[in-house]
Amino acid sequence: MEAVFLTFVFVLSIFLGFELISKVPSTLHTPLMSGSNAISGITLIGSLASLKSDNVQVAIIFGTLAVAFATVNVVGGYAVTNRMLEMFKKKDTGDAK
Amino acid sequence: MNTLTLGINFAYVISAGMFILGLKMLSSPATARKGNLVSAAGMLLAIVVCLLNAGLDYKWIMIGMAAGTVIGLVAAYRVEMTSMPEMVALFNGFGGIASLLLAWSEYHQHPELSIFIAMVTFLTAFIGGITFSGSMIAFGKLSEMIPSKAVVFTGQHIVNAVILLTAVGSGVMFSINSADSYMFFIVIVGVSLLFGITSVIPIGGADMPVVISLLNSYSGIAACAAGFVVNNTILIVAGALVGASGIILTKIMCKAMNRSLGNVLFSGFGSKVHAAGAKGAQQGEVRPATAEDVYYILEGADSVAFVPGYGLAVAQAQHVVRELGEILEANGTDVMYAIHPVAGRMPGHMNVLLAEANVSYDQLVEMDDINPKMDTIDVCVVIGANDVVNPAALDDKSSPIYGMPIIETHRSKTVIVLKRSMNPGFAGIQNALFFNENTRMYFGDAKASIQALIAEFKSAD
Repeated sequence: MEAVFLTFVFVLSIFLGFELISKVPSTLHTPLMSGSNAISGITLIGSLASLKSDNVQVAIIFGTLAVAFATVNVVGGYAVTNRMLEMFKKKDTGDAK
Repeated sequence: MNTLTLGINFAYVISAGMFILGLKMLSSPATARKGNLVSAAGMLLAIVVCLLNAGLDYKWIMIGMAAGTVIGLVAAYRVEMTSMPEMVALFNGFGGIASLLLAWSEYHQHPELSIFIAMVTFLTAFIGGITFSGSMIAFGKLSEMIPSKAVVFTGQHIVNAVILLTAVGSGVMFSINSADSYMFFIVIVGVSLLFGITSVIPIGGADMPVVISLLNSYSGIAACAAGFVVNNTILIVAGALVGASGIILTKIMCKAMNRSLGNVLFSGFGSKVHAAGAKGAQQGEVRPATAEDVYYILEGADSVAFVPGYGLAVAQAQHVVRELGEILEANGTDVMYAIHPVAGRMPGHMNVLLAEANVSYDQLVEMDDINPKMDTIDVCVVIGANDVVNPAALDDKSSPIYGMPIIETHRSKTVIVLKRSMNPGFAGIQNALFFNENTRMYFGDAKASIQALIAEFKSAD
């Protein structure tokens, strides 16, 4: 049943993703890509949760590497997206579109 | 489920909600930055509550996170905006390898998996591996560390087919009996890395927007599959959102080039110079112009549309273009920037560069919005773009880019093309636009050429 439940969540999320992203204008495609890229670093949560103190050595090495790589993805991804979005401004500070 | 685990899982639901809200806010430039922060806060929440789990190895977690944070921040703040595509490719690859390592570490600890878990473990490793090595190749190509042109060799499809069959075969064997299949798992990892390389090397520079979008989608799907492996819904939800976003962008990019995904991935487009243009179909005299000529054309124009392409990024000309745009506006000219969806090396690449140069985002006009009013525009200034303004895409059925939607600059009253030389563009085809009667070719480096124009305007004051 667990597998069915997870698949259910998966399918709904895919549809939600399609709905959300199709509304993003092409001006913002690069930030969208780097921002969603940062979200894909979510694998960090899985890596953290499975890096247990009673793991065997090989698993600790893989786990630590996974945490490091995923952290680069998350931190770098959000930081660079923020840097980009800072630049998207309207010159005359009127009402935003 | 005890209270702590329950609390952790509820916090994950909140995180998922924040990711969704963040993505939703990305749909308008006015709220986009806040959206990214909401999404980041959701991630932070998930990380903090995850660390509350019992029995974690904090020493190694701290080491891994500290190293990752430093590398991530340094990279993010150092990168030039023109290098954004390779940065995204690199981060993307890191996400992929993390999913692969997570699956490997899980399998190493618990080799006896049910068929379903074994299957998703296989998928995580396979997709994660492709994402990693494919992104590294894309990174190498975009940063010009390896040749960015398409690399094709005879038997390429056969090699790929063999690799894919090996992967599927090993995956099946692995899923049936995971406990005794460590060898198969290693084969899967090796083959996935190889497949990432062989599937990205045949793709040329200008097709990179498609590849980056696709790899972006893969990294999400890998994280999603990893969520099935470790039985964690937040990975599944977030991974699926990213997977869907990557697929949509891929679709938009393919549509903007009027090609199928299969054609982009397998054709090695642009690797051979097409003979079509060389036959002299629409050859003729080009009309070169000097800075002074261009100055007089722009000076008298009521409306000017800049059409940037990858050449703008190469020449780092975004700041001088904005400066010229402001001078024109001060001169009473209506200035806009017309952006083709696949201009540059990643979706939205030009928009980011112009935003960096402080161009107001409401001056950036999409292809579908500018084309209907093209007849009323006095001057189009094409900067480092070629195939996306080639009228052969509309009327020449023998052209390899026939059917691709273009920015129809040839319909404006005057077109000024900034170009280094008469070399054909990425697709290796001659551009009929350059020979049109209302086209003036302004040869030279884009940045230097525009600086010369600015000097003309300044000396006229």
